[in-house]
Amino acid sequence: MDAAIRCRGLKKRYGDVDAVRGLDLDVRKGECFGLLGPNGAGKTTTIEILEGLLDPTEGDVVILGRTWKADEQALRERIGLALQETRLSDKLTVEETLRLFASLYPRGPTVAELLAKGQLEEKRSARYETLSGGQKQRLAVACALAGDPELLFLDEPTTGLDPQSRRGLWDLVLDYKSRGGTVLLTTHYMDEAEKLCDTIAVIDHGLRIALGTPRELIASLGGTQVVDFAVEGTLDVAELEALPSVNTVRAEADGYVVTTTRLHEILPPLLAHIEGKGAPLTRLATHRATLEDVFVHLTGRQLRE
Amino acid sequence: MSERRPHALTQLVLARLRSFYREPGVLFWSFGFPLVLAVALGIAFRNRPAEPPRVAIEDGPMAADVDAKLQASGAFHAAILPHDRASVALRTDKVSLVIVPGDPPTYRYDSTRPDSRLARALVDDALQRANGRQDEFRPQEELITEPGARYIDFLIPGLIGIGLMQSGLWGVGYVIVEMRTKKLMKRFVATPMKKSDFLLAFVLMRGIFLVVEIPVLLLFARFVFGVPIFGSVALLGAVAVLGSLTFAGLGLLVGSRAQNIQTASGLINLASMPMFIGSGTFFASARFPEVVQPFLAALPLTALNDALRAIMLDGAGVAQIAPKLGILAGWGVVCFALALKWFRWR
Repeated sequence: MDAAIRCRGLKKRYGDVDAVRGLDLDVRKGECFGLLGPNGAGKTTTIEILEGLLDPTEGDVVILGRTWKADEQALRERIGLALQETRLSDKLTVEETLRLFASLYPRGPTVAELLAKGQLEEKRSARYETLSGGQKQRLAVACALAGDPELLFLDEPTTGLDPQSRRGLWDLVLDYKSRGGTVLLTTHYMDEAEKLCDTIAVIDHGLRIALGTPRELIASLGGTQVVDFAVEGTLDVAELEALPSVNTVRAEADGYVVTTTRLHEILPPLLAHIEGKGAPLTRLATHRATLEDVFVHLTGRQLRE
Repeated sequence: MSERRPHALTQLVLARLRSFYREPGVLFWSFGFPLVLAVALGIAFRNRPAEPPRVAIEDGPMAADVDAKLQASGAFHAAILPHDRASVALRTDKVSLVIVPGDPPTYRYDSTRPDSRLARALVDDALQRANGRQDEFRPQEELITEPGARYIDFLIPGLIGIGLMQSGLWGVGYVIVEMRTKKLMKRFVATPMKKSDFLLAFVLMRGIFLVVEIPVLLLFARFVFGVPIFGSVALLGAVAVLGSLTFAGLGLLVGSRAQNIQTASGLINLASMPMFIGSGTFFASARFPEVVQPFLAALPLTALNDALRAIMLDGAGVAQIAPKLGILAGWGVVCFALALKWFRWR
């Protein structure tokens, strides 16, 4: 039994709105699993159901071999979490906040250890209201670690943080993982998912539309190279698809995106085709496919829309 | 991990206390405001020596005669005014009564004004005596201004009561809703915290602050205004604790479901307004019509104020205030029960 999380047919309906529409997830112990999707995709609803804070409309959830209905108290002692937005008590200091959270768990690191984990030693006597966004978020994660959890849930842990604070938080997560912890996190940042996650489920409109390692997902595009170009006038997508070595073609508002596994084979015929149509090239760029491309390919939308 | 794990309930209570005393605004409303109110009302309604009634004599042939008679009695501020100005003076409260000289004279006044009725009686007495009426007897008078019978004595127990109500409703109800809107409660529910500890922390916090809140007001009242405590201080403390628990329960109930601070404020005002006015804090609830008296008597703040007043001013013991304590405890039990039944944790 090495499943940390297993859910089947998860559905959540708010009135007429289907936030989650039948989700299956398997998270292995010791891995970092990412739920990737744009705002409103159902990520927070999903993670809060898995955290036992929301009841699903339908579906089964098993966490660490137990269910929320039967074993809530025992599970609470074994998991840790940071909600997407929690304002901790403004008037309490970092140390007081950590001591409070530590007191709620039967076992776990000392307050000094938690301060060290969150790199918050220098801020131990500062009130919560005076902390920066990154410090607040590190404190939130340190609170999540107060019970020495086997499983850590993080809902958009770095949203709104500056690059340096994000890296600080990533270090915290990687450190937890390196000591055998399991992580489920949601994010709409590609770089975060690539950096932290062993497995990624791409979620959109409450459905899982792709699953795999970051490498597998990028490979699933059928090409690891992306050609992004624009011309004056328009081109026929079907004709582009007929060109040699082309895997996929997509027309965008301001140009075309072609994927391929053989960049060197595609460029000459593509340029010849464009010249033959008498449409002057206004932009041409190529890059290795990223998760962003996977997402756009799958949904036709940008992640951060 | 050699460090002993901190105790959950202790930490929850400490968190409540710290959040409370580190908020200067809250401190003022809890400790300063009742003192300011006591001083302001104590000064505004201080006992003053009775002032002679102000009356006007309408100008005319016999005005000087009436004026001389009133001056002779020495008990009035009287002035001779033309008809129009006398009417204006009466209407604008400058005088309590207008005397129209004649045989017999006419007294013009508003019978709903206590000062006018008093002036009428005194003027009538003075004029009748001046015209030769003999008193049947001369009564002996015993004047009192004892502590315990003044307005400030009436006020202080009420201020304690209303303070307990406000702290319970705002300190528990409002804070709980605030924690809910900030998702802080959800965060705690996501830990193995005992929910009873979370709620108990609010109640204990109220109990601890009581120990500071009430002595401050009582000592202030004692040394500034000489307000006495005729009954048992221990009983007074016990009743305050009961009142505090009851209003913590009401606060919990008010905060049990509200999802935002506006709703919470509305509910708190809705709950406290009838008691603010009707529970005999600033004036006796007996002033309200007979029909609403049973309703007012059933309010928790009325019961608390009556009990506190009975202990402080009448030296009442447990037996005399038992019915009031029953009402108070009943409210407490019902509020706690409903709050726990309805409480929205997530």
